[in-house]
Amino acid sequence: MSHDMRINAQAGHGRRAHPAATRAPRRHARPASRNAARRIAAAALGALLVLAPGALPRAADAPSEAPSETARATEARYLNLLKELRCLVCQNQSLAESDAGLAGDLRAQVRRMLDAGASDDEILEFMTARYGDFVRYRPPLEPATYALWGAPYLIAIVLGALLYRRLRRRAAAAKPPSA
Amino acid sequence: MRARFFWPLAVFGALAVLLAAGLRLDPSLLPSPLVGQPLPAFAAPALRAPERLLDQRDMHGQVALVNVWGSWCPACRAEHDILMTLAEEHGVVIYGLNYKDARPAALRWLADLGDPYRFNVADYDGRVGIEWGVYGAPETFVIDARGVVRDKYVGPLDATVVAERILPLLARLEDEAARNG
Repeated sequence: MSHDMRINAQAGHGRRAHPAATRAPRRHARPASRNAARRIAAAALGALLVLAPGALPRAADAPSEAPSETARATEARYLNLLKELRCLVCQNQSLAESDAGLAGDLRAQVRRMLDAGASDDEILEFMTARYGDFVRYRPPLEPATYALWGAPYLIAIVLGALLYRRLRRRAAAAKPPSA
Repeated sequence: MRARFFWPLAVFGALAVLLAAGLRLDPSLLPSPLVGQPLPAFAAPALRAPERLLDQRDMHGQVALVNVWGSWCPACRAEHDILMTLAEEHGVVIYGLNYKDARPAALRWLADLGDPYRFNVADYDGRVGIEWGVYGAPETFVIDARGVVRDKYVGPLDATVVAERILPLLARLEDEAARNG
């Protein structure tokens, strides 16, 4: 089985060095300039906060003064859906977190469907029909997932019963034998 | 007194077996919910003749393989010779989905390595791939004469998979198609 040869749709995934990692050594080399830079940055940030309380990102956006209520609601639904959907390539990341090419494509698909007026359920259904339950972080309760959903409760019950029995035995042993 | 040692040992043994079995499973191989369903609809240009728009009906009528590949994908290179053999020696109908590729690179690939495909659907932005639940390349669907997905193999085809899984299924589907007229 040479599945490990299988290359995923996005070449560099996982190998991309974090920019901070490559910068780190230089930062340590010049603590003085680092402090100066930090002070300037702090001053700039302070000025921003005083001069433009929250208005700056919006000003660049549109003639309308604020994003409409519906646009904001759609954005919240979009972000929520991305957290519910798993990236098929980096399986322990959600679509919101993953850098893989496929995750980007699937994000675009979610966006397109939202823009076309699809409901959250329709979008999750679309993904499940194509990629299977695995694409969802909270798969539906059905025969194939009974073990998945039931195991934690089962384990808790078994361990609880064992603990209860042990405590009762200990209590019984602690009692002085009745005459 | 024995039971005291027996139970922890039994639990350990059961866990060891369970986890050992788990280690042998490959989490990157996912079952496709499309098996048993018609190959989802699509519309995309042909690779060789971009002015021609293909859709799922172009793949109906014959038992066939639908192979997802890209010239950027080394594992696709590994299975290419097998696809050539299937097409040339076994007469298998193979349709291609050229997935997230660049047209010149794909055409060069076919010119250099041979072209086992009846035609290729050019899926430059990967949207046909999403419709089909593709999450990498190569992937190979087996479809029957009515265009229903009957199996999906994820990863490069090799001689064993072809001999034990693909060819027997194709033969069975051919029988089925012949019976249904």
